[in-house]
Amino acid sequence: MIGCAIHITNVSKAFGTVKALDGISLEVNRGEIYGLLGPDGAGKTTLFRILTTLLLPDSGSATVCGFDTVREYTDIRRAAGYMPGRFSLYPDLSVEENLEFFASLFGVKVSDNFDMVAPIYNQLAPFKTRKAGKLSGGMKQKLALCCALIHRPEILFLDEPTTGVDAVSRSEFWDILTHIRQSGMPIFVSTPYMDEASRCDRISLINSGRILETGTLDEILHRNSMPLLAVKGENNYHTLLALRKVEGVKTAFLSGEYIHVFTEEAFEPATLSAIEGVREVKVIAPDIEDVFIKIMGNGNS
Amino acid sequence: MATADVIAANRLTKRFGDFTAVDAITFNVARGEIFGFLGANGAGKSTAMRMLCGLSTPTSGSGTVAGYDIATQSELVKRHIGYMSQKFSLYGQLTVRQNIALFAGIYGLKSKEIKERCQALAESLDFTKEMDMPVAILPLGQQQKLSFSVATIHNPDIVFLDEPTGGVDPITRRQFWEMIYKKAEEGTTVFVTTHYMDEAEYCGRVSIMVDGRIQALGTPSELKQEYHARNMDEVFRRLARKAQRQ
Repeated sequence: MIGCAIHITNVSKAFGTVKALDGISLEVNRGEIYGLLGPDGAGKTTLFRILTTLLLPDSGSATVCGFDTVREYTDIRRAAGYMPGRFSLYPDLSVEENLEFFASLFGVKVSDNFDMVAPIYNQLAPFKTRKAGKLSGGMKQKLALCCALIHRPEILFLDEPTTGVDAVSRSEFWDILTHIRQSGMPIFVSTPYMDEASRCDRISLINSGRILETGTLDEILHRNSMPLLAVKGENNYHTLLALRKVEGVKTAFLSGEYIHVFTEEAFEPATLSAIEGVREVKVIAPDIEDVFIKIMGNGNS
Repeated sequence: MATADVIAANRLTKRFGDFTAVDAITFNVARGEIFGFLGANGAGKSTAMRMLCGLSTPTSGSGTVAGYDIATQSELVKRHIGYMSQKFSLYGQLTVRQNIALFAGIYGLKSKEIKERCQALAESLDFTKEMDMPVAILPLGQQQKLSFSVATIHNPDIVFLDEPTGGVDPITRRQFWEMIYKKAEEGTTVFVTTHYMDEAEYCGRVSIMVDGRIQALGTPSELKQEYHARNMDEVFRRLARKAQRQ
């Protein structure tokens, strides 16, 4: 489709007997942050490698900025900025040397494109002579992002940019992405962390190589609304075991300081308050993890 | 053991040159407690944990783990703890059975006990054909459950979990916490670090380290109240934003 930043049609890829991707289709529009959410092994990195032309699909096709990932791969390599999941920088080069190196790969000068990275790079500037290998996790991510942006790409691919980074750096990183998006650049980003869904314009949930759901976070939550109870006991482990024996309780899972309980439609929440050791029972709206669990469960059964 | 505390740290300090990585931290962890040890990258968590595991000698201050002095009885400390890290825990080329036997042997179990534990683990993890498969081909979630089981195979007084659940799917993650709760119920103390604040909510108490010091310590509910925060993420961000270190 014209105007789509990414257009994926029925892409599959197997490694031996493992189906890494099984009929993936999705579209990313210009100017949106599109999140691919799923656990390790879901197929996220395989999809990124196909879109960035590092891997050929077994079947199906995809375009990036209108270019076919197989026939027009050289165009995509120029157009795309790619931050792979593993630390992609040279640890023995300094911060500024890494940036210059990546600029030179694309035949551009850091000074010509500095406006692309200035807001991020200025945070790193006090450490510009430090070797990249000696940076903290959050600073490494920022430098890797600068290196992916320095050739002024038309689209940004970020494969798990926030994995292993602490909560403060993670939040700062998403602030940066929101800022970049304002320039109109589409951003395709993957993460295993469901709470990051709220920072994306649209998301797809992926598991075992298949897309489970696609839409805005609100749409997905709305489509999957269901009765959910949060229960807290004096001892949540004891309460969890007790809840699983109650008729009408479909599943009970620990979820932080509460236990999340899915029940049959007509279930009366007060039944649970009567269980010994239960302190609190309340009706809550499912969050994206609850939805993911529900859909995963449906897929298994 | 004289007290019910499995960890007692008293002004525990570690300096590297003129850099104070851990700055006089004092805290106690009780038997059977699930204790969350939080902090930003570089706050000093790993250094503190290495001291508690008997892998690094404190510059000053003192501590006991499982009743043994971490400075003078570090070998005894090591024998009474379990340790699991996301980065390294199992040998991928060895089968499940071989990994269990290897770690159980290192922890000093007899071959008869090892056989029994293998059997018991196969049942509790619901592994049948998996027992003779190389660990590397198992899904990540199963690897992590196995890794936790191996780290606690000698029924240690305390198990240290270093970011144990990164990247696993939500169902497996909840099952993993259920294993942790079960183990704690059986009397094993659990000491866990994580970057993900929703995980902090599973812990009985949590501490938050900033620049080498423990800045906050309490139950998740207490901390949320104290910092007028809706969740632990807000508590953490409020504290960690004050960090001076880079």
